[in-house]
Amino acid sequence: MKGSLIILSFFSAGLILGYYVDLPDFLINDKFSSYALYFLMFLVGIGVGADTRAFKALKSYNIKIFLVPLTTIIGTAIGISLIFLLIPGISFKESQAVGAGYGYYSLSSIIITETYSKSLGVVALLSNVMREIITLLGAPLIAIYFGKIAPICSGGATSMDTTLPIITKASGKEFAIVSLFHGIVLTILVPFIVSLILSL
Amino acid sequence: MIIVVAIMTAGIIFGYLIRNKNRLIKLNDKLIMWAIYLLLFVLGIAIGTNETIMKSLPTLGLKALAITLGGVFGSILLAWFTYKVFFKNKEQQ
Repeated sequence: MKGSLIILSFFSAGLILGYYVDLPDFLINDKFSSYALYFLMFLVGIGVGADTRAFKALKSYNIKIFLVPLTTIIGTAIGISLIFLLIPGISFKESQAVGAGYGYYSLSSIIITETYSKSLGVVALLSNVMREIITLLGAPLIAIYFGKIAPICSGGATSMDTTLPIITKASGKEFAIVSLFHGIVLTILVPFIVSLILSL
Repeated sequence: MIIVVAIMTAGIIFGYLIRNKNRLIKLNDKLIMWAIYLLLFVLGIAIGTNETIMKSLPTLGLKALAITLGGVFGSILLAWFTYKVFFKNKEQQ
C-alpha cells in the first residue's frame, strides 16, 4: 500500500508539473522513456532470475501449483470479456491488455504507454492499482465466500509481495507458498502477455 | 514486443548467474524501484502536457474500474472452482 502511494505520488507530481509548467523538450522526449523502459525490463529480469524462491516452492508443492496462476490468467480474461461489452470506447484487445497487468501496475502501465498509447497506459495504471487495493481490503471476505485460492488470484502479481501478508492471514499459512509462487509466475508473465496481446 | 521479451530474457539469465551475489541483488531491487519512480514521473509529465488525456481522466478512471471489477470477479469465481475441484479434497485427506 505504501509502495503504491509513493508510485502514485510520483505519477501525480509529473502530471501536475506537466500540466502547469512549460518543460524543456528532453523531458517529454519519447526516445528517452523507451530506453528507460528497456533498462527497467533488464533489471526486472535480473530480479526474477536471481529469485530462487519459485524453484523452492515448486519442490515443496507439486505440479498442481501451476493451476493457480493459470486460474488467474483465464479468470481475468473471461471476466473482462464479459464486462468489456458494457464499457464504451475501449476495444477487446485494449481491455485484455489492461487486465493482463494482473495488479503489476508499474510495469504494465509503462509497457502499454511505450508500445501502444498513453491514455491506455493511464487506464492500466489506475486499473492495476485498484486491483491491489481491492485485494488488500477484500481478501478476508473473498477467502470466506470463494475459498482459500480466491484472494491469491484476486491479488494477481502482487500476491508475492504487497498483498502476501493479508492473503496469508485470510487463507492460512499453508497457502503462503502458493501465493508467493503465483505472484512470481505472474510477475514473469506480465511483460510477455501484455506485449503479446498488444501485438495482435 | 520482441525487443522487450529479448531484453527481459537476457536479464533473467544474467540474474540467475548472479543469484548468490546478495549485494548486487539488493542494489538491483533499489535500481528497479527508482527506475519505476522515474518512468512513472515521466509518464505523469507526458499525460499532464496532453490536454486531450487530461480532459478525459474521469472517463479513463471509470474504464479502469470496470476492467478491474471484471478481472477480479472472473479470477475469484474461477478460483472458487479450482479450489473446490483440485485443492479442497486434498486438504481433507
